[in-house]
Parts: sequence; C-alpha cells; structure tokens
Amino acid sequence: MTATSTPPSTSSPYAELKTPSTVRRLLTQPTTGPLVALLLACVFFSVSTDQFLTGGNFSLIVQQVMVVGTLAIGQTLIILTAGIDLSCGAVMAFGSIVIAKMAAEGSLPPLAAIALGLVVCGGFGLLNGLLVQKIPLPPFIVTLGMLNVAFALTHIYSEEQTVTSLPGPLTALGQTFPLGKTDITYGSLVTIALFLLLAYALSSTGWGRHVYALGNSQEAARLNGIRTSRLTIGVYTTAGVLYGIAALLLISRTGVGDPQAGQTDNLDSITAVVLGGTSLFGGRGSVLGTFIGVLIVGVFRNGLQLMGVASIYQTLITGVLVILAVTVDQISRKKAR
Amino acid sequence: MSRTTRLPSSLFRAAAVTGIAALTLTACGSGSGSGSGSSSAGSGEVKVGLITKTDTNPFFVKMKEGAEKTAKAEGVKLMTAAGKFDGDNAGQVTAIENMVAAGVKGILITPSDSKAIVPAIEKAKAKGVLVIALDTPTEPESAVDALFATDNLKAGELIGEYAKAAMKGKTAKIATLDLAPGVSVGIQRHNGFLKGFGATDKDVVCAQDTSGDQAKGQTAMENCLQKAPDINVVYTINEPAALGAYTALKAKGREKDVLIVSVDGGCTGTRAVKDGKIAATSQQYPLKMAAEGVKAVVTYAKDGKKASGYTDTGVTLITDKAQDGVTSKDTAYGLENCWG
Repeated sequence: MTATSTPPSTSSPYAELKTPSTVRRLLTQPTTGPLVALLLACVFFSVSTDQFLTGGNFSLIVQQVMVVGTLAIGQTLIILTAGIDLSCGAVMAFGSIVIAKMAAEGSLPPLAAIALGLVVCGGFGLLNGLLVQKIPLPPFIVTLGMLNVAFALTHIYSEEQTVTSLPGPLTALGQTFPLGKTDITYGSLVTIALFLLLAYALSSTGWGRHVYALGNSQEAARLNGIRTSRLTIGVYTTAGVLYGIAALLLISRTGVGDPQAGQTDNLDSITAVVLGGTSLFGGRGSVLGTFIGVLIVGVFRNGLQLMGVASIYQTLITGVLVILAVTVDQISRKKAR
Repeated sequence: MSRTTRLPSSLFRAAAVTGIAALTLTACGSGSGSGSGSSSAGSGEVKVGLITKTDTNPFFVKMKEGAEKTAKAEGVKLMTAAGKFDGDNAGQVTAIENMVAAGVKGILITPSDSKAIVPAIEKAKAKGVLVIALDTPTEPESAVDALFATDNLKAGELIGEYAKAAMKGKTAKIATLDLAPGVSVGIQRHNGFLKGFGATDKDVVCAQDTSGDQAKGQTAMENCLQKAPDINVVYTINEPAALGAYTALKAKGREKDVLIVSVDGGCTGTRAVKDGKIAATSQQYPLKMAAEGVKAVVTYAKDGKKASGYTDTGVTLITDKAQDGVTSKDTAYGLENCWG
C-alpha cells in the first residue's frame, strides 16, 4: 500500500505542454478503457441479437442497474479515500425493510417512512465513518462487522417475512413514463441525476479535491490543512444516505420489502467501481467511470441472456473482467513510477 | 504518473479488456452449444425460459436437463437463468425482464421468494407470457398460470408414516433438521412429517435450520445431541442435511440406533439409503416438472391454450427396509429415477 500510494505530485509540470491536444487528453482519461469496452460489448450484442439494440432494452438495462449503481456511487466515494465498504448491500436491505414495514404495517405516512429509512442508512454510514476515523479501525473490518449487524437486524426486524402491499408512493420511482416509443423508469432518472451530481461534486468542488487528496495520502492531506477526520466521516455518511436512496429504488423496482435482498450487492458494487477504472488503493478514479462499470455488468447480463447463454457465464465473464481491470490498474501504476 | 506514460496504459487497458471480453464470449458461445445462434429469429421460433433458484444445486441442474431434452424434442429454444444464491429475488426479477425482452412465449420459474417475485410475474403475464411455477408455489398460488410441483406435504407425510411404523411403538425423541424460516417447501415437509408420524411440534426435542446444507446439518445434529442425547428419530429437509446428521451420529457411535428419514431423492441421497445411512426418503421428480412445463408452453404457443391449476408431479417413498402398511419402492427403483 505504501509504495503504491505515492502522491502524483512527481509528474513533470512539462508533461502538460507535451500533450496539449484534446484527443490525447481524452485517451489519457482512466474512463476511456472501460468506455471502449462498453461500446464494443454493445456493438457485439447488437450484431448478435435482434432485441438488444432497442430503446426499450436500453431503458430496461438502466432500470436493472439503478440499485447497484446507486450503491456503487457511495462505494466509489469510500474507495477513493482508500477505504472499502462491505456493508452497503446489508445496510440497504435494512433500510428497505424499515421503509416498507413502517409504511405498510406501521402507522407512518410513506414520506416519513422514506425519510426514516434515509436517516437509518445515513446513521450506519456515520457509525462506519466514526469507527474508521476515531478509533481508528481498518475500513475492511468495520464494514465487515457492520455487514453482519445490518444483515441480522434486517432478519430480526422483518421476522424473515417479505413485506407486500406497499402504499403507492413507495413504488412511485418504479413507475414509467413514455419517451417516444420507450418507457423510462423514474428511478433510472434519479440514479443518473445522482451520478451527475456526485461527478460534479468530485471534479469541481473543493470537497471533491480533498477526497482525492485524502485517498492519495491521508498524512499529506492533513499536513496540507485538510480536516481529514471530518472529511472521512462525511464520506461514509454520504455513502450511507446513498444506500438509503438505493433502498427506496429497490422497493420501487421489486414492489416488495425483501429481507433477502442485497446479499451480493457489496461485491457487485465493488465490481462496478473496479471495472470503471477506479483504483482500489484510493485517490484515482471517478464516479462516471463507475457508471460505465455498472453498465458493463448490466449490458453483459442482458445481452448474454438475450443470446440465450446460461447465466453462469455472466459470472465467469465478470470475474475475468475484474481481474483484468485490476491487473491493468497495477501495470499502469508500475509504469507510472 | 506523467501523462505521457499514461497514454499507452490507457490504450492497453481498452485493448485488453475488449480482447478478453470477445474471447470469453466466443468461448461461452461455443460452450452453450445450440443455445447461442447469432440469428435469434424473432417470429418463427418459440422460446421458453427456465429460471431456477441457483445454477449449482443438482436438483436444478436436473431440472434444466429435463427442460433441454424436451425443448429439443419439441423443436423450441430454451433460455435459462438463475439467481446467484438461494433467495436472490432481484436476480430472478432481472431474468424475467430479460426473457420477456427476448420474446419468450412462456417462463418456467422456481421462485426463490414466493411473495417477492409476484409483481415481476404479473408484469410478464400482462405481456401475454405464460408463467408456470415449478417445484415451489408462489404466494398467492394464483399469481402464476399453473404450478407443476411435488406435493411437499405428502412427501413429508410418507416419511412420517414410515418412521412411525419403523419405531414399532418405541417412545420417539424427535429432532427436525429444517430448511430456513419462512420457506414454504420446508414448512410443508416439516408439517407433513409430523402429521404422518402423528406428532406435534411439542414432541420435537430439537429443531434446527440447515439451509439444506450438509455441513450445517452436521453442526445442527451435533448441537441437538448435546441438548438431547437420547434422540432416536431424525427428520431432515433433504439428504445433504441427512448425511450431515449421519456424520454427527457416527462420531457418537449412534448411527445404528437412530432412524434418519429425509425428502428429495437425489442420486447421492438414494445411494445413502441403499447403504443404510438413511432409512427412507421421499423421492421427487424435477426432470418431470421441467419436461411438463416445456410441453405446456409449446401447447400455449400452438393453440393459445394456457395450462392452469396444480399438477402433482409425484412422490415415491424409497427404502430397502419396507414397513407393513406403508407403500414404498426399493432403492433399485430409486436409483433408476433419481436426479443429480
């Protein structure tokens, strides 16, 4: 870890002058590789099946990835600080059961139940952040523990029962509106808006630059006057609130509160982050890359299914792609040194 | 980390990722045999979808095999998908959506979550797709057009009656190694066993969940023996759990005087019955469920007639130590008809 987290300040200030063209700059973006992979996959599936290249199918893919996508935004923020969050899927599941039970069986109005769910998930994030920063404990350990805590609470609180007959407002984001001949889900728009919002915050605000600095070297960031403690706790809490939004999206998508949900979503979100070119060692990557990573997984799953390829091959391909993405990340780091 | 060195690495990343993706695709294209033709003609060909709980459980592997055989014989195209783990509702929802997008005529599904899958099934039905539940009913059962499954209550009753007869009036100390809370299949088998045995939950001295897993079954049995060393009847949700229980009993030298009964009828389990590790098992027929399901979709595609209601795909008590008054077949029959 210590060797790989060399701050980027070693880069020559003249490098900028040597590569002025826009094309060059585009090619050097860490998201270029994943984007090309995504486009090629799309071309492949468009040629292979009749049904892939339709507006309805693309809308479907976005709708299918909106839950993991929203989780992956939070995961990206945490990984950018050189952390990791194993608890995201479990926290989301707990949030979704809280929202569903409070609104369907409790006496809370739907909007209050949703707000409560966001607060609960944000609370988990806050707790993660405090443990990581104040004690301090490794993020891997903290979130592994929190994974089990949230998982158990979900099953205790739900009494292992799926919550059905949800009030309308809870599933509103799962409804569609027509755009030309295609039906778009409101939840897809929420996810895309969140990606754009966080991408802007990371690239164009002081907060965003501090997150990157923190991921490159916490000590250097602290010496530069960044309040690293508050920043870290803020990142984990923000991620928690995003998991709460993902919980709402999940409910709206499946139409039920499901205590079994989210069990592999922690790994799925990490997969998306890695495929999107964000470094697991922190400080390098982007939320837009993660969006591409999420779409790569979604496009492969959808496309292979349309081709009639058995689902186990999706797992195989995803595994290969992940190892490859990390390998490329490592090689590019070695070269950079 | 200078920009000039990042240029080739980025290109390398792009090239390598796409290269491997293409390679893997080619590989899996050939691996899935006839399933992945590049021309999935939209109009003429009838497509049938099969969605199981997981890809890896031998029960579902057999189900898939049955569906593939029948699909080939009937000249239709089979598409398959599965959840990532038992209970993965979101994965099954996604599979339903993709299959509807691919234009299937009917979907056969083994629901991971009987209630949670219902909204997705209703959406598919609204688009004119015939949906049949295999093995596990939905809640409510009417959410699907039809159900092809084992009568799990009856499967439990058979081994309950058998155990009662085999105990020959001895006082029973019962342990139940169950599936998981809230799963209908497990509850029905458990209740069926008690009904067949003429017992109630009060008579059960130790009840533990195993997820139908051998290692968890062993742990559960070990703990039950700690709690109540004089257990002499063990009901298990399936044969892996039964074999786990057998291992735990053997470690205590109790394997001869404890009666283990089970449900499922997998080949490994049936061989365990033959070897005397398990006294009896209720055998079910996943291949038949899938085969009948595919035929029902073909009928629907031909003349628009939808299958409906519940079709019992049968269950047979398999044992080599037959008891008077309890109908059973021997393990020779069991091994001929087992799955996995």
